[in-house]
Amino acid sequence: MERITIDPITRLEGHGKIEVFLDKQGEVANAYFQVPELRGFERFCVGRPVEEMPTLTNRICGVCPEAHHIAAAKAADAVYKVDPPRTAKMLRELLYSAFYVTDHTTHFYALGGPDFVVGPDAPAAERNILGVIAKVGMDIGGKVIEARRGNHRVIEIIGGRKIHPAAAVPGGMTSAINEEQRAEIEKIARQSVEFGQFSLDLFDKIVLGNDAFRELVLGDTYYHRTYYIGLLDADKKVNFYDGKVGVMSPDGERIGIYAPAEYRDWIAEHVEPWTYLKFPFLKKVGWKGFTDGVDSGVYCATPLSRLNAADGMATPLAQAAYERFYETLAPKPESGGKRIVHHRLATHWARLIELLYAAERMVELVTDPEITSPDVRAVPTEKPTEGVAIVEAPRGTLTHHYWTDERGVLTKVNLIVGTTNNYAPISMSIKKAAEAFIHKGQVNQGLLNRVEMAFRLYDPCLGCATHSLPGQMPLQVVIRDADGEVVDDLSQHC
Amino acid sequence: MSPTAKPAAKPKLAIFGAGSCGGCDVAIANIYEHIVEVGDAFEIVLWPTIMDGKYADIEALADGDITIALINGSMRTEETVHLAKLLRRKSKLMVAFGSCASEGCIPGLANLSSRREIFDTVYATDSTDNPDGVRPTWEYKAPEGTLHLPEFEPQLRTLEQVVDVDYVIPGCPPESEQIWAVLQAVVAALNGTGPLPPKGSVLGAGTSTVCDECDRKRDVKRIDRFVRITDQAAFDPEICLLEQGLPCNGPATRSGCGALCPAVGAPCIGCYGAAEGVVDYGARLMSAYASVISADKTDEIDTILDGIVDPAGQFYRFSLATSLLRGGRSAWKNGGEE
Repeated sequence: MERITIDPITRLEGHGKIEVFLDKQGEVANAYFQVPELRGFERFCVGRPVEEMPTLTNRICGVCPEAHHIAAAKAADAVYKVDPPRTAKMLRELLYSAFYVTDHTTHFYALGGPDFVVGPDAPAAERNILGVIAKVGMDIGGKVIEARRGNHRVIEIIGGRKIHPAAAVPGGMTSAINEEQRAEIEKIARQSVEFGQFSLDLFDKIVLGNDAFRELVLGDTYYHRTYYIGLLDADKKVNFYDGKVGVMSPDGERIGIYAPAEYRDWIAEHVEPWTYLKFPFLKKVGWKGFTDGVDSGVYCATPLSRLNAADGMATPLAQAAYERFYETLAPKPESGGKRIVHHRLATHWARLIELLYAAERMVELVTDPEITSPDVRAVPTEKPTEGVAIVEAPRGTLTHHYWTDERGVLTKVNLIVGTTNNYAPISMSIKKAAEAFIHKGQVNQGLLNRVEMAFRLYDPCLGCATHSLPGQMPLQVVIRDADGEVVDDLSQHC
Repeated sequence: MSPTAKPAAKPKLAIFGAGSCGGCDVAIANIYEHIVEVGDAFEIVLWPTIMDGKYADIEALADGDITIALINGSMRTEETVHLAKLLRRKSKLMVAFGSCASEGCIPGLANLSSRREIFDTVYATDSTDNPDGVRPTWEYKAPEGTLHLPEFEPQLRTLEQVVDVDYVIPGCPPESEQIWAVLQAVVAALNGTGPLPPKGSVLGAGTSTVCDECDRKRDVKRIDRFVRITDQAAFDPEICLLEQGLPCNGPATRSGCGALCPAVGAPCIGCYGAAEGVVDYGARLMSAYASVISADKTDEIDTILDGIVDPAGQFYRFSLATSLLRGGRSAWKNGGEE
């Protein structure tokens, strides 16, 4: 059987690796997306004091440490059954919202967005931030750097460090902010709202105003009817910091809403022997392999998923953008009653709507009269036992579950990490792209483009497993004939 | 310049992350607009997380052709070990960049467990549906052909435990201002306007301890017990955290971060590694703690030290892989399997 290996720059770098097998007719028989890295946090966190989990689990991912930091602090709250003061929760959410702004900015302008802004057919060397600058103008580069710098500054003010923050602990935060710091954050928050609006306008002009791009978004290659999950507030609006998880069927029916402590009733993880990463699926539907539809437990947890799983956005500008999103892409509800966008490339648009929401949420939080209150920590009074917490990481629903002894020393740990949620859908998108572009043993260069775009829309932070920056998957396709000889070698940055 | 004259070749820079979280790469990217100056000063031949480049291109280079290689991340699979050796051969200067590469970092705590224990935990968690006890295998015969996974080695190793290292840049991750300062110094040295530091130097950090750059006041107060952060709603914002009973790693940890964590009321966790001249990080920290303990008898000292609920983590949180505890050959039976 013929084999095509799509590797990162090399198999020797521990990034993702894709093996495509062809049948005798040269058509795709199967595709395997392997994750060749493991560190074992669930094992070696055992024995550590639970209050250290916010800084220990930071090190799972240096791209999204804030997600682990906040999830760990909340799970430790749950272990001690302690309710942090209101200001502490607001500070955590403010830090977390600033993180969303910087993270989504990086993705749209440097990683995923250039496909649209510069164009999917432009040479790979131009589809980057420099290409965006060339197309949109010099000052866009400055705006992007300022958005990232400003929001990293917010993370540092509240959390202590720009990367791997330190201030969230069980019961709240280790320190409050003063008025001077609050004013600095408010300025950055308001600039971020303007930047979010600017980014959506840019998307409007360049993507929605261009028929070729609209066709690409609405085409079949990136269309998957799967389940979607996302964290919801009490009004069933998107929330990143807290709430319950809504589960939406491909037919637009919300089949359930689960509290963090109930996650095992809903989510299970499948193990394959050819990869280090597990495949989460909806337990109530069941693992049916790498397939979509209402009978397959495969689900997605992305910006698009969160919009699909929710009834709307909790801030006015983002809500207006949300309405426009569905009016444009899915004006009619599915049979289950909810409008659903299954076109995966629309994830880029959804990400910008979330960016605007995060910025608006920053303004709400930083202008709250209690945000500078010195009351930022509650002392636990209950015996520590067990606790679960969930936050929405930018790349998917993040679950931390801890068990401790009576001293608060960990005895067991379970983690279901952001991108991991999307391992099965990413694998399916890769196979679909391979099937579309490999026929009779011939591989089109377009395969790389399609695989690349399939990766980028999920913003895969396999940093948690493979340490690639989101969307930065250097790919190499090695095509071998039946004797294993290399007949072609295509390479592209992804 | 005549039309045929070649412009002077730029020095070549390689940046590579082995088993890492990506934070070191983000820290480099967070020098913001200076990244353009790095691009002007160097030909970046490898930086997989940020730009395209092929492993085969590195193999094709002459030995020693790369001027400087910054390697972050730890060595846990046969692939990363292989690439570290290759880059060592191709590079004049090799830098262990960040805590993973220089001392093993938090993932080094995995060396407290055997490979089997790690697998038996990860692939059998509460939410894992794995009735047949499936484990990843290095070679798996799928129906369509054989799939290979790089072997998860019995123990995590640091860069220095695999290849010869010229410099260390500590930190988890190194602070971006420090990274930029090091890069500027390297460029100056390459331009002949400054000296290259001697081999073995620790770059981008100070020579004293985190305590020396911490603004908190020390009044040589002794403690009669250790407390945990969950014991009190607040700690004095101006007094040394250790003197308030919180186990802070400042006294053993190298300066260079700016004491950021104590500034927001969180104890130093030791991510900048051992201070200058310290042979064993944990031993130094233990002696620092002993010096603040108010006790005369051994059993009193023991009682106070019992307040440290996780000694292995407290004293070797970032440096277990290079410590005397788990620094050498595998301590496990059967080549680390059990």
